[in-house]
Amino acid sequence: MNPELLSRFQFALTASFHFIFPPISMGLGLLLVIIGIIYVRTGNPKWRQISFFWVKVYGLVFAMGIATGIVQEFEFGMNWAQYSRFVGNIFGALLAAEGIFAFFLEGGFLGLMLFGGNRLGPRMWLLSTFMVVFGAHFSALWILMANSWMQTPAGYTIQPGATGPQAVMTSFAEVVLTPSFFPRLLHVWVASWMVGASLMLSVSAWYLLKNRYVDLSRSAFKVALPVFVILSITQAVFFGANQAIEVTNYQPVKLAAMEGVWESQSCAPMYLVGWVNEAEMTTTGISIPCLLSFLAYQNINATVTGLEAFPADVWAPVNLTFQVYHLMINLGGLFVLISLLGALFFFWKRRIFETRWLLWIFVFSIGLTELATLSGWWTAEFGRQPWIVWELLLTADAISPILTGSQVAFSVGTFVVLYSILFILFIYLLNEKIQHGPEELSAVEEKPVSSLPDSFREIFGKPRA
Amino acid sequence: MSLNVIWYVLFVIVIAGYLIMDGFDLGVGILHLFVAKTDEERRISLNSIGPVWDGNEVWLVLGGGALFAAFPLVYASLFSGFYIAMMLVLVVLIMRTVAIEFRSKEQNPRWRSLWDTVFFLSSLGIALLLGVAFGNIMAGIPLDENQNISASLLSLLSPFALLVGVTTIFMLALHGAIYLTMKTEGNLQARVRKWIPRLMIIFFVFNTLVVISTVLQHQTITERYLAEIWPIIFPALALVALIVAAYMLRQGRDFVAFLASGAMIALLLFSAAAGLYPNLLISSIDPAYNLTIFNAASESNTLTVMLVIALIGLPFVLLYTAGVYYIFRGKVKLTPQSY
Repeated sequence: MNPELLSRFQFALTASFHFIFPPISMGLGLLLVIIGIIYVRTGNPKWRQISFFWVKVYGLVFAMGIATGIVQEFEFGMNWAQYSRFVGNIFGALLAAEGIFAFFLEGGFLGLMLFGGNRLGPRMWLLSTFMVVFGAHFSALWILMANSWMQTPAGYTIQPGATGPQAVMTSFAEVVLTPSFFPRLLHVWVASWMVGASLMLSVSAWYLLKNRYVDLSRSAFKVALPVFVILSITQAVFFGANQAIEVTNYQPVKLAAMEGVWESQSCAPMYLVGWVNEAEMTTTGISIPCLLSFLAYQNINATVTGLEAFPADVWAPVNLTFQVYHLMINLGGLFVLISLLGALFFFWKRRIFETRWLLWIFVFSIGLTELATLSGWWTAEFGRQPWIVWELLLTADAISPILTGSQVAFSVGTFVVLYSILFILFIYLLNEKIQHGPEELSAVEEKPVSSLPDSFREIFGKPRA
Repeated sequence: MSLNVIWYVLFVIVIAGYLIMDGFDLGVGILHLFVAKTDEERRISLNSIGPVWDGNEVWLVLGGGALFAAFPLVYASLFSGFYIAMMLVLVVLIMRTVAIEFRSKEQNPRWRSLWDTVFFLSSLGIALLLGVAFGNIMAGIPLDENQNISASLLSLLSPFALLVGVTTIFMLALHGAIYLTMKTEGNLQARVRKWIPRLMIIFFVFNTLVVISTVLQHQTITERYLAEIWPIIFPALALVALIVAAYMLRQGRDFVAFLASGAMIALLLFSAAAGLYPNLLISSIDPAYNLTIFNAASESNTLTVMLVIALIGLPFVLLYTAGVYYIFRGKVKLTPQSY
C-alpha cells in the first residue's frame, strides 16, 4: 500500500477528529465566562448551578481535545519528516510558542476551573475559567498562524540543507502576520463561538422539550441565543465573506477549485449546489449569476480567473474542494435562517419556548455547526493541494522517505479502532451527563460561597486552617 | 556560549521538567493498583494528581515543540525512524488521558477497575517506552547518510534499552510514591511508605547496572567523561540527592524528600546529556552521520526568536504552576467535583 496516500488519510482523520473538540473549548468557554460574569453581578444561584453543569461537560470535551491534540505534533515528524526538515525553522517555532504560551495557561488553570468551583469564590473561579478560555483562543491563534504560513508563506528565504532545501526565517513579524492570518483567525474564532452557542442551545432546547430544568434551560437559552444570532449573521456577511476575498487575492487557483470555475470569466456565477466533472472540465448546478464576481471583487463585472489559466498539476481535487466548500456555505446560510426564525419567535412573538418544531431544530444545530466547521477546515486543506506549503513544497515531496506501507497501515488501523472507541465513549458519557442534568446546588457546595477565598490575597495570604 | 549550546541546555531542562512533573503522576499510575485497595483509596490516588497531571503533560508537548523548532533535523529523523514506537507512545498517552477522565464517571465497579487497569498499564507503558527510547539514544542508532533511521521495533528492544526502560519505571514509581506520601493519610499512606524502601533499593541496583554497562559498552559517552572530567559532578550529585531523599523520608520530611527525588531525576538526565554532548543522535553506522547540536539546528534567527519567547514564557509557566500547586496543597479531600 502507498504510504503517502495512507499518511494523507491518517492526517485527515486525526486532524478532523481532533477538530471536533477545540471549537467547543472556545465557544462553550466564552459562554461560561459570560455566565460567570452574570453570576458575579447578580448573585442569583441559578447561574452558579448552570456553571457547575457546563463545567463538567467542558472537562470531558477538553480531555478529548488534549488526548487527540498531541497526535498531530507527533505526526509531523513521524509521517512528514521531509516537511518537518523543510519548515522546522518556522513552523516548529510557532508550535513551540503555542506550547509555552497557550498550553501551560490552559493546563495550569484547567485544574482550578474543573475542581475549583467549591474551593474558590465566584470571582477567582471566573478568573480561572477566563484563563483557560483565553488559553484555548491563544492556542488557536498560534495554530492558525502556523497554518496560515503554509497557505500564504512570507518572511522566509530558501537555503540548501543536508537533506534538501530548508525555509529559513528572515522576519519573525512577517512569518507571524502573513496576509491570510487575520481573516482566517477571525473566521475560525467566530465559527467556534457558534459551535459553543449551538451546543448550549441544543441541550437547553432538549430539556425544554422534555419539560426538565425549565427555568435553568430558559436562562441558558436566553444567553446563548443572541450570541448565536449575531455571530451567524456576521459570519455570513462579514467574516466568511472576508475570508473568501483573502483567498481570491492570495490563492486564486484555490478559489477557482472551490467554485468550479474552469474558464476565466467576468460576471462569474456562484453555485448553490452543483457537481464538477473533472474529466470533461465542466461544472453543472443551480447558480446565481454574477454573484461570485461580486463576492470576490465587489464588482459584478470583475473577471474571476479560471482553473484553465493555471497548469493542471497545481489544481486541487476540484470536485472534492467544491463539495466541502458548498457544504460549509450552505450550512452557513441555514444558520442565518435558523437565527432569523429564532429571533423572530423570541423577540417578536415571545413564544419560542412553546414552539416545539423550532426547539427541535436547535437540538440538532450542534451537529450542523460542527459539520460546517469541519468542512471549512477541509476546504482550506483540500484547496491547498497539491501543495503542503503553498507554491514551495508539494505534499508528495513532504513524506518521510523511509516509511513503509505496512507501518502506516498499522497506524491508520490503530487510529480508526482507537478513535471509534473514543467517540462512542465520548457520546455515551456526554449523553449520561445530559440525562443526569444539573445538580442541586446543595449537592455540590460543601461550604457556603461566601466563605470561599475570592481574591489572591485570601488564597496566598492566610495560613492553612 | 553559542545559541546552539543554550538551546541544548534549554531542551534538556524542558525534558527534565517533564520527567520531574509528569514523572510523579506516571509513578502514581504505576503504583496505585498495588497500594490503593478500596475505591475511595483509588480515587484519592487519582485525585492527588487530578488538578495537575494535564499541566504536567504539557512539558512533553513543549519538549516536542522545542525539538521541532531548535533541532528540526533530529525531530524529523527520530520521529520517522521510531515510527511504530512513537505510535505506541501516542496510544498509551491517549489511553491514559481517557482513563483518568472516564474512570469515575460511572459507579459500576467493573467499569472502574477496567479504567484503573488501563491507567496502570498506560502509565507503565509511557515510562517503559521513554526509557527504551532514551536507552537507544544513548547506545546509538542506525542513522544513515540521508539522516534516515532504519530500525525495526524489535531492534530497538536491545537488552541495554530495556534495562534503561525498567530503570525508568522504578525511578518514576519511587518519585510517585514519595509524592503520594505527601498527599495521603492513614492506611493508604502507611502502605505507600512500606513500598518506598523496596523501590529505592531496586531502583538503585538497576541504575547502577545502567551506569556500569554504559561505561563498558558505550565509548562515545565514556570518552566524553574521560576527556572532560567535570561532568562527573552530575552523577555524583544524583547519588547525594538519592541519599538525601532517603534520609529525609526517615525524618518524616516528605516534601524535602520529594524535592530531592526530583533533583535526582534531573541530575541523572544531565549526566546522560553531558555524556552525549554535542551529539543529539549518535549513528551506529558512521560517526560522520551523527546529528549534533550544530549540524541539526535551526538558523540563528529562529534560535534567537525562540530564546526571546522562552524567556518571556517560562517565568509565567513557573509562576502559575507554583500557584496551582499551592492552591491544591495538603492532603487530598474528595469532593463532588473530584474524579
